[in-house]
Amino acid sequence: MSEATTKPSYAVPVFAALSAIGFAITIWLVFTYTPLAQDLFFNQKIFYYHVAHAFMMFAAVALCGVSSIAFLKFRKPKWDDIALASAEVAVALGAVVLITGSIWGKAAWDVWWTWEKRLTMSLLLWLTLVAYVIVRRFAGSSADRMAAGLAVFGTVALPFIYFMVDRSDRHPQAGVAAALEPKMKLVFWLSVATFLCWFLALVIARIQSARAERELRELRERGLDTGVLT
Amino acid sequence: MSLFRQAGRVAWKDLRIELRSREIVYTMAFFAALIVVVFSFAFPRDIRIVRGAAPGMLWVAIAFAGTIGLGRAFDRERENDTMRALLLAPIPRLAVFLGKAIAIAVLVLVVAAVGTPLLALFLGAPLFENPLPLVISLVLGAIGFASVGSVFAATLLKVRSRDVLLPVVLYPLLIPLFVAGTSATEALIAERVNLDAAWYWISFLGIYDAAFLVVSIWTFESLVIE
Repeated sequence: MSEATTKPSYAVPVFAALSAIGFAITIWLVFTYTPLAQDLFFNQKIFYYHVAHAFMMFAAVALCGVSSIAFLKFRKPKWDDIALASAEVAVALGAVVLITGSIWGKAAWDVWWTWEKRLTMSLLLWLTLVAYVIVRRFAGSSADRMAAGLAVFGTVALPFIYFMVDRSDRHPQAGVAAALEPKMKLVFWLSVATFLCWFLALVIARIQSARAERELRELRERGLDTGVLT
Repeated sequence: MSLFRQAGRVAWKDLRIELRSREIVYTMAFFAALIVVVFSFAFPRDIRIVRGAAPGMLWVAIAFAGTIGLGRAFDRERENDTMRALLLAPIPRLAVFLGKAIAIAVLVLVVAAVGTPLLALFLGAPLFENPLPLVISLVLGAIGFASVGSVFAATLLKVRSRDVLLPVVLYPLLIPLFVAGTSATEALIAERVNLDAAWYWISFLGIYDAAFLVVSIWTFESLVIE
């Protein structure tokens, strides 16, 4: 029976508590323990949040893409719940990435926005995700199929966006985490772990609410069919 | 009957309806002409600016007019409730998809055939100095647009707000296509024509088309169910 599937889960409060503790510790360490960066000094501190959010956004996007393909292949609504949850979380994380990136860009390059490779990619990826969420909300009964298709097409479009954008690269290189001082590296990975917990708490909570919404809808339809509800 | 003949029949059905009513061709072509006229008022008509701006104008006109034609072409199936008949026809879904996409690509090329000379006329853009690469890039652009567009227009057929949702879904996916097309055209009409760059972007368009044709074929069947 469908009623039994929505059990309260301890995963959400546990991950939320872990991320709260982690956040308190990392923000303390970021300001007291890590050394100042060589050229950006204090401004570099946003790095611990910007890059960690970017990692989580890509994790959410990957989760959304994989579960969309699984949904189209197996047609099980649970995959659709996961895809929806991760897409919505990815939109929120992406907004943080773009805003913190813009602040960092202003400090480092003295411009709020520049059409550089990773910025362009993040923006286009984020726009695709926003389109996904809009479709989910307004496409009526075919919303799940439509959105899954968009996710699959968006995944295929990613390498094209990558090759499309110019190679002139002013962005800190991808190996930035490897070249850090040990103290910075420790705090950085602590920050990634913190936001991973936060990401998991959000996604799991959203999956549960999506499942509850779907089950409520199904029960309502069943009630209408049998004449219990009018 | 082979797959391509079946697809050809579906495409020819659409094009024959269009040849008789000429509704989509006239409205799309006129709309594209209007866009070009609006652009020629909106931007300075200095030749240096035109060299940079005309490629964008051309591809934006194609994108906008193409979206209108795409929505209209599938509306026709909905109004007459013929999509179900088409899907029930004893031919593979692949043939339905290919036929639809071919018809759309032809319509988009009509728009390009109107927009390109008008841009050259109104703004003096030197678009016809290298006609062959330009035509190839437009054909590849039309194929990519029609392939991705047909899948989503068919999926949105029964959705109330499809007119708004179609561009919302399509444009993020088509940005690489339009950027590649614009860059190819830009390389062709620049002051120092850069054929290498043009051919790079044309091959980019070719690979984009190949990849998205495969994905469209793979997803059309699972996405378009009545």
